[in-house]
Amino acid sequence: MINLTMDGLKISVEPGATLLDVARFYGANIPTLCYDEALSPYGACRLCLVEIGEPGKSRLVSSCTYPAREKLNVRTNTVRVMQTRKMIIELYLATCPSSKTIQDLASKYGVTGVRFSPKNEECILCGLCVRMCEEQMQAKAIGFVDRGVNRRISTAFDRKSEQCRLCGACMYICPVCQARCQGPSEESTLCNACLNLSPPCLENNDHTLCYMDPCAACELKKKTNQ
Amino acid sequence: MKKNTVLGLEVPCGPNGVSVITVLQAIQGYYGYLPEEALEKAARELKVPLIDFYSVATFYKNFRLAPQGRREVVTCTGTACHVRGSEKITEEISRTLGVDIGSTTEDGEYSLKCVNCVGACALAPLVIVDGRYYGQMTSLKVRRLFSDNPTKTEQTVSSGLSE
Repeated sequence: MINLTMDGLKISVEPGATLLDVARFYGANIPTLCYDEALSPYGACRLCLVEIGEPGKSRLVSSCTYPAREKLNVRTNTVRVMQTRKMIIELYLATCPSSKTIQDLASKYGVTGVRFSPKNEECILCGLCVRMCEEQMQAKAIGFVDRGVNRRISTAFDRKSEQCRLCGACMYICPVCQARCQGPSEESTLCNACLNLSPPCLENNDHTLCYMDPCAACELKKKTNQ
Repeated sequence: MKKNTVLGLEVPCGPNGVSVITVLQAIQGYYGYLPEEALEKAARELKVPLIDFYSVATFYKNFRLAPQGRREVVTCTGTACHVRGSEKITEEISRTLGVDIGSTTEDGEYSLKCVNCVGACALAPLVIVDGRYYGQMTSLKVRRLFSDNPTKTEQTVSSGLSE
């Protein structure tokens, strides 16, 4: 067993576990975009970063690829981690403003504006589809093509691959090809509707729990009735 | 070193079999570029997904997926050349020869590519045709250079500079 400290908690874990496994097991909330339990970790999205080492000499590492080591001091929610994470989310929002997954992340982490010009790309190059195709579907029909800013995901020679069985797993696992949230202001990059909505049911009933998901449902219903 | 054959070409073989790069090098060494059919055949022969070959072939600048032209035109887009208008020169060449950057004319005569600096900044903007350096280029000189009578091209600087 490996003994390490995570957020001040002394814990011991099985050898071979990654920091993300440990953090999730102990309930630390770490967002990811390129991680899937069924696929090999890739460390592309950088959202899962945590701070390791003693304060002053600490560094940020991606927890999904970093193995748990003896006497490691891991912190998952420091100011530095949160600031970096917010920055990454903002950059992702500028890349793919129409992705619901990324919008939800932004809402959750309080990213209320995008300072970069939106790119409206369809891909964040997380590589989930490539790994899905290779590792789970045993096909390897798609892969990364070209390099640098031109890097993209495609089949060989950009035509239908012999290996592709049209299983659709690549689209199933893609974090950005979901339809965007149809909030009150669809045009803007970030509508923040979820942040600004106050559930109206709370005004009427102090002690009720709302099971509506999203909670905005009653708000929208009220609007249409008017 | 152990040798293996792919498509009848000899490929150096490491302890874990042949690597993608050595196979691509062997194919390019034989054909001068990477033909689609050859890659497909090699992929089938080695039981490797075609995308593995394609990813590596598009990643490295050294590999070409289209045949090279008989004459190679290179324009320098380094800082000095850029400041002195290499962009316009490249555009002019592209228009005169009817070829895009990084591609080859339909008759297979010229291929045009851009490099970042060839270290001859005093001659900016610079065009290199088959190893011959043409300095201080203008649109007019470009047109003359690629006209049917290239003897008139003045102020050419012969390739005393290393390539």
